[in-house]
Amino acid sequence: MDFIDYYKILGLNKTATQDEIKAAYRKLARKHHPDLNPNDKEANKKFQQINEANEVLSDAEKRKKYDQYGKDWQHAEAFEKAQQQPGGRRGQRKRPADAGGFDGGFGGGDGGEFSDFFESLFGGSSGGGRSSQTKFRGQDYQAELQLSLEDAYTTHPQVLTVNGRNIRITIPAGVENGQVIKLKGHGAPGVNGGPGGDLFITFSLTPDARWRRDGNDLHTKLPLDLYTAVLGGEITVDVLGGGKIKLKVKPETQNGTTMRLKGKGFPVYKKDGEFGDLYVTLEIRLPVNLTEKEKELFRELEALAKKE
Amino acid sequence: MQQGELIPAGVFCEYHHAELSFIRGLHDSGLIGLTMQDGAVYLPSGELPELEKFIRLHYELSINPEGIEAIAHLLGRVNVLQEENRSLRNKLLRYESGQGPVEPGVEL
Repeated sequence: MDFIDYYKILGLNKTATQDEIKAAYRKLARKHHPDLNPNDKEANKKFQQINEANEVLSDAEKRKKYDQYGKDWQHAEAFEKAQQQPGGRRGQRKRPADAGGFDGGFGGGDGGEFSDFFESLFGGSSGGGRSSQTKFRGQDYQAELQLSLEDAYTTHPQVLTVNGRNIRITIPAGVENGQVIKLKGHGAPGVNGGPGGDLFITFSLTPDARWRRDGNDLHTKLPLDLYTAVLGGEITVDVLGGGKIKLKVKPETQNGTTMRLKGKGFPVYKKDGEFGDLYVTLEIRLPVNLTEKEKELFRELEALAKKE
Repeated sequence: MQQGELIPAGVFCEYHHAELSFIRGLHDSGLIGLTMQDGAVYLPSGELPELEKFIRLHYELSINPEGIEAIAHLLGRVNVLQEENRSLRNKLLRYESGQGPVEPGVEL
């Protein structure tokens, strides 16, 4: 656990006045507030730091202790007595109109979480000076869930374990790689009756050797024998999620030809019964281990082709 | 406007220590929806996440309603761009191996 320089975080020197602290905090909070930086973990982390710095420096008692013992935080036990007598802010969250600034906690994201350094010096976040009447929203949690393409093809239930809690969720068919869903209230519990934080789940789809997904469309490659490619015929294509489809191959089909099967691709997210398209690229395989008779016939073909 | 359970605006304001005039202002700007029933103002529950965000911006960051309107617009753009970015990243995978000419398939 390292010493945290709260003055440096707010870009201030140790002689900063309360007005300067408020101004610096206000400026940085507007820049890094989670509501203004959706899906930006770095901004969330930065906001947490400036929130903590403000929590300490805007409170005369905490600031005094920090200035006196901050760098020597191991002696934080000395503050134990002080922790039992929470001072500072009381009552409801102040409004800029009557408070001349904001000295309440934020609720937009991870601002309610404090570093180990803070906890060591001032005790738990709910006992180190926060008013017992002020409600704080719980911390948001982030989680990543790996899914195979087949998992994402169907709507299915799944149980997640987040911070020791089992959460049963239903994953809708068609979720995309990198997509984030929010489970309201499944983050950390709120403080003093405040609402719980949210749980953000990022889906990570593992690449599939056979299928490639492009939005709601699927792409696959299918080997095709030379004779069917030249003369035409029928082939069978597997469909993701089960089932097979027969396709007609036109005579003289070229290598790399792609065929589109409408509505046989990936399910469209939260649109029941809607699917993207399936693209099948044909890869013509030349025959191997030819018999003498086959070679002779190919030579005949070659001779015919040269005559024409 | 998102619908859902209706919450009396007065109760919501008391809980969040917010002024009803602020919420009406957001409604007038088209940022949230309100429902009137028997002369009382109600908030559809689906509006709450956005409304709580606007309240934080106003009361905690001292951003005025005009600023909130601009921010809401820009956040909407950010969301669209983040979606587009994600979609393009996924599409990139497709082009890594190239793609041949496309012909409509005939399903038998």
